[in-house]
Amino acid sequence: MIRFDNVSKVYPKQSRPALRDVSLEVERGEFVFLVGSSGSGKSTFLRLILREERCSQGQVHVLGKDLARLSNWKVPQMRRQLGTVFQDFRLLPNKTVGENVAFAQEVIGKSRGEIRKSVPQVLDLVGLGGKEDRRPGELSGGEQQRVAIARAFVNRPKLLIADEPTGNLDPQTSVGIMKLLDRINRTGTTVVMATHDQNIVDQMRKRVIELEKGRLVRDQARGVYGYQH
Amino acid sequence: MRAQFVLSEIGVGLRRNLTMTFAVIVSVALSLALFGGSLLMSDQVNTMKGYWYDKVNVSIFLCNKSDAESDPNCAKGAVTSEQKEQIQADLKKMSVVDTVAYESSDQAYKHYKEQFGDSPLASSLTPDQMQESYRIKLKDPEKYQVIATAFDGRDGVQSVQDQKGILDNLFGLLNGMNWAARAVMAMMLVVALMLIVNTVRVSAFSRRRETGIMRLVGASGFYIQAPFIAEAAVAGLIGGGVACGFLVIARYFIIDHGLALSEKLNLINFIGWDAVLTKLPLILATSLLMPALAAFFALRKYLKV
Repeated sequence: MIRFDNVSKVYPKQSRPALRDVSLEVERGEFVFLVGSSGSGKSTFLRLILREERCSQGQVHVLGKDLARLSNWKVPQMRRQLGTVFQDFRLLPNKTVGENVAFAQEVIGKSRGEIRKSVPQVLDLVGLGGKEDRRPGELSGGEQQRVAIARAFVNRPKLLIADEPTGNLDPQTSVGIMKLLDRINRTGTTVVMATHDQNIVDQMRKRVIELEKGRLVRDQARGVYGYQH
Repeated sequence: MRAQFVLSEIGVGLRRNLTMTFAVIVSVALSLALFGGSLLMSDQVNTMKGYWYDKVNVSIFLCNKSDAESDPNCAKGAVTSEQKEQIQADLKKMSVVDTVAYESSDQAYKHYKEQFGDSPLASSLTPDQMQESYRIKLKDPEKYQVIATAFDGRDGVQSVQDQKGILDNLFGLLNGMNWAARAVMAMMLVVALMLIVNTVRVSAFSRRRETGIMRLVGASGFYIQAPFIAEAAVAGLIGGGVACGFLVIARYFIIDHGLALSEKLNLINFIGWDAVLTKLPLILATSLLMPALAAFFALRKYLKV
């Protein structure tokens, strides 16, 4: 699903690389936590998967494609098979919940019939059935994040990238979001989630990848947030 | 691609940027009106050239007895009949010459009398003071110089005169005005383009949330850019329509009605409606494509994949 071979990333005008010789593989259907302090390279890792950046050295394979050799005009096709969720939700405030989810389908040219069918379906899945006509501003943070997840999942991606999806939420709401991501993972979707939330990582007991100053320092199946030194 | 969705996005974009859109429309309208105006001006000059050049001659004036005394060009005396035959024969051999007409001093005297009638100068003239001349019509009026070099300074020839020279001063003036209009047009065009680029950028910036999400869910580059390009093209097309209106109104009021130059200046023949109408598609196409291209290049830096 995702393979990094000796990947390094140096941003222009910066001497210290953001990622340094990282190699790892994520299989289809896995649930992976990506942990590490701020500046450890988590965001760069995710941006490389989304092909928002290209790596400086090594190879990044996503969904069987070598991203270095993927031409610019094919990138959108690749991204249609990925879903993304962010800490700040990134919803459009002047569109309703239903329109926000439908937007992800409209802009890739799905037919109206298809949209009318899949939007209520995915909103039911995330537990927002019947709230289609609300605006994001009328919803709680947890509900907004559910809308964002619905939007990420509506095109049935094979891979879901989540960048600190519970970063803005209280612990109880976070648990709800994690249950939802777990359910999505059980449908066969691979999930890669960057997080700072120790409780969540410790409870879920999934694979944990830890980055420190750009290096891969831990890759542990059924791991916890941090070692007790 | 869903047309309704795209159209509603364009409408939202244009309304959000109403003042900028208005500025784009006005600047495109003005620059293209000037563009069309200068095209029509060239047409007008060409029409006038065609009309007048048909009527102008090159004249070779021959020496008469009184010239032989006063004019250094005629120092060798009045023209002889051999010299006249030689000139006529040479003219017939030249390929640039269309027709040659000989005007005797009696005929010249008669023409002069007709034109100036009872003026005191006319009454003191006698036929033998008038010059004999050849009136030559050229196939290409620009080739005056060929005649001048062949006959100027020849024995028996007083001078070679080109009536076109007088007209050329007028056309020179009109052309100068035309170039001035084009310079203003070029500047307006630069202003229009910069406004378009800026408007598109502001528009893209104010919608960066939407475009950011579009990128993430895998909308194609074209799909993301199309609304912005279409916005610029629509604003440009409205400007082009206004410019076309300007030209039609200008033709109507300056030539036919209002100023009504066609009635006041009978000697000039003016461009017709066909000249105006054939410019309109060109202006509309420019007004559509130019902003669209400007928007495309403005976005290439701004909306990367």
